[in-house]
Amino acid sequence: MAMNCNPKDEVDGGPPCAPGGAAKTRRPDNTAFKQQRLPAWQPILTAGTVLPTFFIVGLIFIPIGIGIFVTSNNIREIEIDYTGTEPSSPCNKCLSSNVTPCVCTINFTLEKAFEGNVFMYYGLSNFYQNHRRYVKSRDDSQLNGDPRALVNPSKECEPYRRNEDLPIAPCGAIANSMFNDTLELFLITNDSDPTPKPILLQRKGIAWWTDKHVKFRNPPGEGTLEERFKGTTKPVNWPKPVYMLDSEDDNNGFINEDLIVWMRTAALPTFRKLYRLIERTDDLHPTLPAGQYYLNITYNYPVHSFDGRKRMILSTISWMGGKNPFLGIAYITVGSISFLLGVVLLVINHKYRNSSNTADTMAF
Amino acid sequence: SENERLLQANNRELTSSFGYPDNAIKTSKYNALNFLPMNLFEQFRKLANAYFLVLVFLQMIPQISSLASYTTVIPLMVVLSITAVKDAIDDLKRHQSDHQVNNRSVLLLVDGRMEEDKWMNVQVGDIIKLKNNECVTADILLLSSSESHGLAYVETAELDGETNLKVKQALSVTNDLEDNLELLSTFDGEIKCDLPNNKLDRFTGILTYKGQKYLLDHDKLLLRGCILRNTDWCYGVVVYTGPDTKLMQNSGKAIFKRTQMDQLLNVLVLWIFLLLAIMCFIIAVGHGIWQSKIGYYFQIFLPWENYVSSSVVSATLIYWSYIIILNTMVPISLYISVEIIRLGNSFYINWDRKMFYAPKNTPAQARTTTLNEELGQVKYVFSDKTGTLTQNIMTFNRCSINGKVYGMHNCHKRLIKKYKKVDFSYNKLANPNFLFYDNTLVEAVKSGDKWVHLFFLSLSLCHTVMSEEKVEGELVYQAQSPDEGALVTAARNFGFVFRARTSDTITMVEMGETKVYQLLAILDFSNVRKRMSVIVRTPEDQLLLFCKGADTIICELLHSSCKDLTNVTMEHLDDFATEGLRTLMVAYRELDVTFFQAWRHKHSVAYLSLEDRENKLSIVYEEIEKDLMLLGATAIEDKLQDAVPETIITLSKAKIKIWVLTGDKQETAVNIAYSCSIFEEDMDGVFMVQGNNYETICQELRTARAKMKPESVLESDPTNICLPMKPKIVPDEVPKGRYGLVINGYSLACALEENLELELLQVACMCKGVICCRMTPLQKAQVVQLVKRYKKVVTLAIGDGANDVSMIKAAHIGVGISGLEGMQAMLNSDFSFSQFHYLQRLLLVHGRWTYNRMCKFLSFFFYKNFVFTLVHFWYAFYNGFSAQTVYDSWFIACYNLIYTSLPVLGLSLFDQDVNETWSLCFPELYEAGQHNLSFNKKKFMDCVLHGIYSSFVLFFVPMWTICSSECSDGKDISDFQTFSLIVQTSLMCVVTMQIALKTTYWTVMSHLLIWGSLGFYFCMLFLLYSDGLCLMFPNIFQFLGVARNSLSETQLWLSVVLSTVLCVIPTVGYIFIKPLLFPVSVDKVGARQLPRIRHCMKYPVPPPKRARLKRPSFRRSAYAFSHQQGFGAIITSGKMTKLRSKKKDKLLRKSHLMLVSHHRFQASSQTSNVEGVERDSVGLPPARGRVSSCPARLPGLSGSFQGVTCEALVGRGGSRGERA
Repeated sequence: MAMNCNPKDEVDGGPPCAPGGAAKTRRPDNTAFKQQRLPAWQPILTAGTVLPTFFIVGLIFIPIGIGIFVTSNNIREIEIDYTGTEPSSPCNKCLSSNVTPCVCTINFTLEKAFEGNVFMYYGLSNFYQNHRRYVKSRDDSQLNGDPRALVNPSKECEPYRRNEDLPIAPCGAIANSMFNDTLELFLITNDSDPTPKPILLQRKGIAWWTDKHVKFRNPPGEGTLEERFKGTTKPVNWPKPVYMLDSEDDNNGFINEDLIVWMRTAALPTFRKLYRLIERTDDLHPTLPAGQYYLNITYNYPVHSFDGRKRMILSTISWMGGKNPFLGIAYITVGSISFLLGVVLLVINHKYRNSSNTADTMAF
Repeated sequence: SENERLLQANNRELTSSFGYPDNAIKTSKYNALNFLPMNLFEQFRKLANAYFLVLVFLQMIPQISSLASYTTVIPLMVVLSITAVKDAIDDLKRHQSDHQVNNRSVLLLVDGRMEEDKWMNVQVGDIIKLKNNECVTADILLLSSSESHGLAYVETAELDGETNLKVKQALSVTNDLEDNLELLSTFDGEIKCDLPNNKLDRFTGILTYKGQKYLLDHDKLLLRGCILRNTDWCYGVVVYTGPDTKLMQNSGKAIFKRTQMDQLLNVLVLWIFLLLAIMCFIIAVGHGIWQSKIGYYFQIFLPWENYVSSSVVSATLIYWSYIIILNTMVPISLYISVEIIRLGNSFYINWDRKMFYAPKNTPAQARTTTLNEELGQVKYVFSDKTGTLTQNIMTFNRCSINGKVYGMHNCHKRLIKKYKKVDFSYNKLANPNFLFYDNTLVEAVKSGDKWVHLFFLSLSLCHTVMSEEKVEGELVYQAQSPDEGALVTAARNFGFVFRARTSDTITMVEMGETKVYQLLAILDFSNVRKRMSVIVRTPEDQLLLFCKGADTIICELLHSSCKDLTNVTMEHLDDFATEGLRTLMVAYRELDVTFFQAWRHKHSVAYLSLEDRENKLSIVYEEIEKDLMLLGATAIEDKLQDAVPETIITLSKAKIKIWVLTGDKQETAVNIAYSCSIFEEDMDGVFMVQGNNYETICQELRTARAKMKPESVLESDPTNICLPMKPKIVPDEVPKGRYGLVINGYSLACALEENLELELLQVACMCKGVICCRMTPLQKAQVVQLVKRYKKVVTLAIGDGANDVSMIKAAHIGVGISGLEGMQAMLNSDFSFSQFHYLQRLLLVHGRWTYNRMCKFLSFFFYKNFVFTLVHFWYAFYNGFSAQTVYDSWFIACYNLIYTSLPVLGLSLFDQDVNETWSLCFPELYEAGQHNLSFNKKKFMDCVLHGIYSSFVLFFVPMWTICSSECSDGKDISDFQTFSLIVQTSLMCVVTMQIALKTTYWTVMSHLLIWGSLGFYFCMLFLLYSDGLCLMFPNIFQFLGVARNSLSETQLWLSVVLSTVLCVIPTVGYIFIKPLLFPVSVDKVGARQLPRIRHCMKYPVPPPKRARLKRPSFRRSAYAFSHQQGFGAIITSGKMTKLRSKKKDKLLRKSHLMLVSHHRFQASSQTSNVEGVERDSVGLPPARGRVSSCPARLPGLSGSFQGVTCEALVGRGGSRGERA
C-alpha cells in the first residue's frame, strides 16, 4: 500500500486523480438499493394492532382447545399394566425366569363399548429406546436389503454385529431387543357361556406405509426367504431367525411389521407402540362391546430388572389421533392467558399513555 | 563495520559482496504454494476457529462422538473458505501492485550510457537519473541537478502528506559532475552511512571522494516515494534499496482497531464457554447417576461399551459428548456474519450519494470495514480546525481604506443572492476565481484614488509570495500562508499584479503598466514582531516602506497624525471581527534617502553579526518601522466548510461533545469556535487555561470547576492529588450552565506532565465545547488517549492533514477529510470523505443504523442459537443423558449456515427503525448507542433467558403432544424421528416469527429472505427425507418418509402453532409494554410518537435565528499570518528565484549559501527560544522556504510516533538549533 508514488496512479481509495484524465464521475448510483431507500412497509406495534392480536388469539384458541379437549375425551382407552411386579398380579409368577414359556392371564372389563377401529398397543416405561448408543445401533442399509450390508453390517451395530463369526440380521441393539411378548384378547361373551370368544387381531397394517414399502426391504434374490438370508444368523436374544417372524411372506423377514414398528425408536423412555389392529366388522355391532375380557400374555420380555413396566392399551381413535388431553388443555390455557394479557395491557396502555404523552409533549 | 553501511558508487562488485537487497519490494503475504498452509494457520489462530477445529477432532473420537462430524466440518469449511477467498483476493491485489511498482522503468547509468531498466533491478551503488515529475526509485544520494546550487525540489506527499515542496541540495563537489556521463561513470565516491532505519529525518554519512571527506545529511537524500518537482533532471547514487528504504522501513503493520463490540463479544463468548461447561457438568453428573441407577441394569438390552468400566468413566465421556452437542451455543458463523454485516454497511457508506462531493468527485469511503457499528456510539469528536472545519481557503472579503469600508457583509451576500459580482474584465491578469461583491471599490481603483492605489500597491509589494508564470498571463502564486496569497490575489485582481520577483526586484503590472520596483529590504515576519515590512524604491525613485501586521502592533507604530483615521479603522476592524474575519492593518511610510542609507548600514551590521543577531535585527527594524501612515485594513474570511455550524449543532443535540484540537493560534481557534457554534454567545462562560506551571494551571482548572460545579471541587480534591489511587473511569459530571474551555498546547503539555490530567479531564468534560490550540500532533493524540483512557466512550477524530494522523490513529474511529493538505490523513483513516458536514450523516444515519442493526443481529443471533441448543439440554433428562440429539444431524449442519443465516443477515443489512430524515431531525435518537443500550451484557442475559424460555416451550410442547399419542390412523407418532421433525419445524417457525417481529422495515428483500428461508426449510425437508436420497445413502439420510407421514397430521400442526404462539406472545407483549413502562428515547420518538414526527416532517419548524451579539473585542486580533518565519531571507539570498546563472561567480554562490545556512541556524534557535512548541503545532506545513532546517515530520507512517515524540521534546527543550 505504501508504494504509490506515481502521481498519475490512482491510489487505491485515494482522492480523485489526474486532472485531465477522463472525467469519470465517481458519484454513486442512484438506486433505491444502494441509497437504502427500498420501498418498505414499516409496521409499528401500536395499541391498535397489538391488543386486538391478543384478543383474537384468545378468541381463536379457546374454541379450538375446547374442540380438541372434547374430541380427546370422547376417545375410549383402557390401559392394563401386566408387568407383574405386584405379588397379586397374575403375571408375578413370570418374573422368575424358570418357567418358560410363561403364560399369564389378566381379566378386565370394558364399561363402555369401543366403536370403530380399535388399536391395541403395547406400552413400555423406563425403556430408553432413545439412548444415543441404542438409537444408532442399527444398519439401515441392511434393513433396506443391501446384500453387502447383510453380510457385513455397519460398525454401529456393535456389539450385536456378529455372532460366532456370522453376521447378525438384523444387526444392532434395537433389533436384538425387539419386543417379543405375545398378547391375545378374549371376550367373555356372557356368564352362561364360559368359552371365551377370541378377538381377531390384525398383524398387518400397523407400520408406516413408507417404512413397510420403501425403507425396509428383504434382501433381493430368488428363492425362499431363508435362502436369501443365508450366511446370517439371528440376533442373540431372538428365539428364531428373522425369516421366521411370520408365516406370510409379505410380513416376514425385514418387512415384518412388528419388527418395523419396533425399529422406529421412540422419542421418550415411556412409549407405546402399535401391536395389533382390531378392525370394525360392521356398523351394527361395536368392535369391542362392553363386557368382560381377558388378556392372554405369553410373557417373554424382561423389563423388571431395570424397573421397566409393560402395558397393554386398547384405544379408539379420532380425527386427530389418540387420547391426549394435553393439546386441548394447553390451547384453552394459552387462549385464556392471551385474553387476560390483552385486558392487562389494555389497562396499562390506558394508564401510561396519558402520563407519558404529557411527558413527551414537554420533551418536544 | 557492524553499525555502518558501506558502498561505493559504480561498483556493483563491491556492494554485492555486502548482500544488500535489490530494489524489489514485496508487500504480499502469500504465494501460490504457501497460501493454503499459511492462511489456514492464520485463521486457526483465531479463538473461534481453533475451538471448532478442536471440536472436529473431538468428533473424530468414536468414544465421545455424539454427532456426525460433518455437522461441524461443513460449517467450518464454509467459514474458512469464505475468509480464505477474501484473503486471497486481498493478497492478489498486493501482488499486482508490487508487480506494477517493481516493473516501473528507471534510467540507470551503465558503462557510461543511460539505460532503461526496471525498478527492481536497481542495486545499491548504482547511479540513476530522475526526471521532473518522476518518482524517486529508491533512497538516493543527490549528486547533481539541473537547478542552480545543485538544488532539487521534491514533493513528499506520499511520505508525510505535506504537499509543499521541499528542497534538497547536492554537495557542490558532486554537483560539478552535472550531467556529464563520463564524469558520472567514473565517479567512485565511497559512502559510509547509517544502517537502514525508519527515521525519515535522520541520515548521516560520510562521502569519501578524491581523498576528501564530505559530511552527508538528510538534506542530500531523496527518499523513495517522493516525487521530483520543478527540477528538470537530477542524478543520484542509490544508498538504500527496496526493503531498506525509509519508506518501506516505515510501512509497518497498521494498528488493528477493534470495536467495543468485538471486546464485548469476546467476553460473551467466554461466558458462553463457561455456561457450556456448567451445563455439560450438570449433564455429566446426571448421566453418572442415571448410569448407576438405570443404565447398569438396562445392560440386558444395551450393554456398556467394553472401555466403560464404571458410571464415572461413562460420565466423563458424556461430558465431552455434550461439549460437542452443545457447541452451537458458540455460534460458528458469528464472527463471519459480523464481518459480513460490517462489510455490507461499509458499502452503504461508499454508495451514499449524499456523502459524495461533486466538486472533487470524491465519494465517502469506508476504508476500514470493521468499525462500522462504533459509528453509532460516538461520544467525543476531536476535530482538527484547518481544512476540516474550515476550507483552508482565505478569501479577501472586505477592506477599509482610508476610513471607508468596501465589500459586503457576509449575511447580506447570502440574502441577496443575485448580488452582482464585480467584473474584473478590465484586467487581463485577473484571477477568474476571485469574487468580490462591491463595485464601489473597483470604481475607486479606476478613478485613481490615491489611497486605494497605495493600499493595493502595498498589498502587492509587501509579502513573500513567489510567482510562477508557466504560460504567459497565467500567474500562479506560491504563498507561505493562504492569507498572504489571498491578499496578493486581491491586489492582482484590482489591477496591481505582482508578476515576478528576483532577489532584488519586484516586477509589477500596475493598471496595465509594467513597473519594476527595487526591493531594498524585507523586514521579515516573526511571532514577536507580528508584522512584516518591505522597503522598495519605486520607478519614480521614491523610497517607500510598506508594512502590514496585527492591528494592536501597527497602532503603536502609527504617526500621530493618523489618529482620527485610526479610530474609524478600529471601528471597522471591530465590525470585521464580529463577522469572524481575520484582519490586518496596512500602513506605509515615505523614507528619506539619507535616513535609509544610514539605516541600511546598521541593518547589514546587525545582519552579519554572529551573536544575538535576531534581537539586533529586530531593534534595527523597529527604528525604521515607525511613524507609519495608516492606509487601511484588510479582512480575510477563513471560510468555513459548508454547513459546519449546522452539523455541530446537530451533533451537540445528539450529545456528542466536540473538541477542536488545532495547531493554530488561540485567537483564530476561538474565533472559529464561535463561528461554527462550538461556542455560543450566550454561554455562561469560557475558561482559558494558559498557565505554564503547575500552580497556575491547577488554579485555573480549580476556578473553572468551582464555577461550573462548586461541590465537585471539595469532594474530588484529594483523589486528584494522590495519584496512586487513580480511578479507572472518570464519571460524567453535569455542570450547571454551559461553558467552554480553551487550553493551549503548552499548558496542556504541562498539565499532562504534572499529573493534572484528571483535573483537566474533569473540567474539559463538563464543558460544552473544548478548544485546544497550539497542539503538536503528538499532543493531539495524547488528548484523545486521555479521554479514551478515563472515559469509557467511543472517540472519533477527524482531520485532514499529516499533523492529524496521530490522533486519527489514536482514536477509536479516525476520519480523514480528503482535503487540501495531502492524503496522509485519509490514508490513515478508517473513513474518509470531503466535507466535514458529512460527519452527521456518517454518525447519525449510517452509524446509528449499523449500530442498531448489529445489536439486533447479535441479540437475535444469540437467541436463535440458544433456543436451538438448549433443547438438547432438556432432552438430556429424557434420554438418560446419553448425548442423543433432538434434531436430525443434517438440520444441525444446516441450521446456522443455511436456514437461519439469510433472514438475520437481511435484518442486519436492510432494517431501519427510523429513516434517515428522522435520524437527522431527532439527533436525540443517537443517545441509545452512546450508552450502549441496544446490546450489552444485560441484553445478552435477556437473550439467554428468552432462549431458555423458548427452548423450554419448544421441547415440552412437542413432547407432551406426542407422548403416548398416535396418528389419526392409529400408527406411531411418538417415535424419535417424528419428534425431531416437530421440534425442528416449531423451531423454524418460532425463529422466523421472532425475526419478523424484530424487522421494522419490510422491504422486498426482507420478505424474500424471511419467508424464503422458511419455505426453503420445508423444501430441504422433503429433499433430505425423500425416498431417492435416503435409499442411496440409508445410513446417512435416515429420516425416510418422516416429513410425509408427520406433516399431514393435524396434531403436529396444532403443536407447532401452539409453540409458536407461546414463544411469540411474550415478545409481542414485551415489545409493546416496554416503551410504556421504561421509555427510552428511541421508543419515545420512534414507535409511539410517530404522528408527531410525521407532523414535524410536514411542517418543519424553522431553525431558531441566532442573535448575533457584539463580541467582546479580545477576539479581534485574528491577524492573518501563519506563524512561521517568513521567506524573506531566502528571497534576498536569491535561492528560490530560479536564476539559471551557472556562470555566476561560484564564490559568490558559496557566500550566499553560507549566509543562508547561518541564518537558518539563528532562525531556528530563535524560534525555539521564543515559542518552543509552536512550530510543530502549526496546522500548516512547516517552514516551507527554509531550505531544510525543518526536518520532515512523518507522523503518518507507523512506527514514527517515536519520531514525533523526539521532535516535540526537542522543540520544548529549546535545543533545536543543534540540529540545523
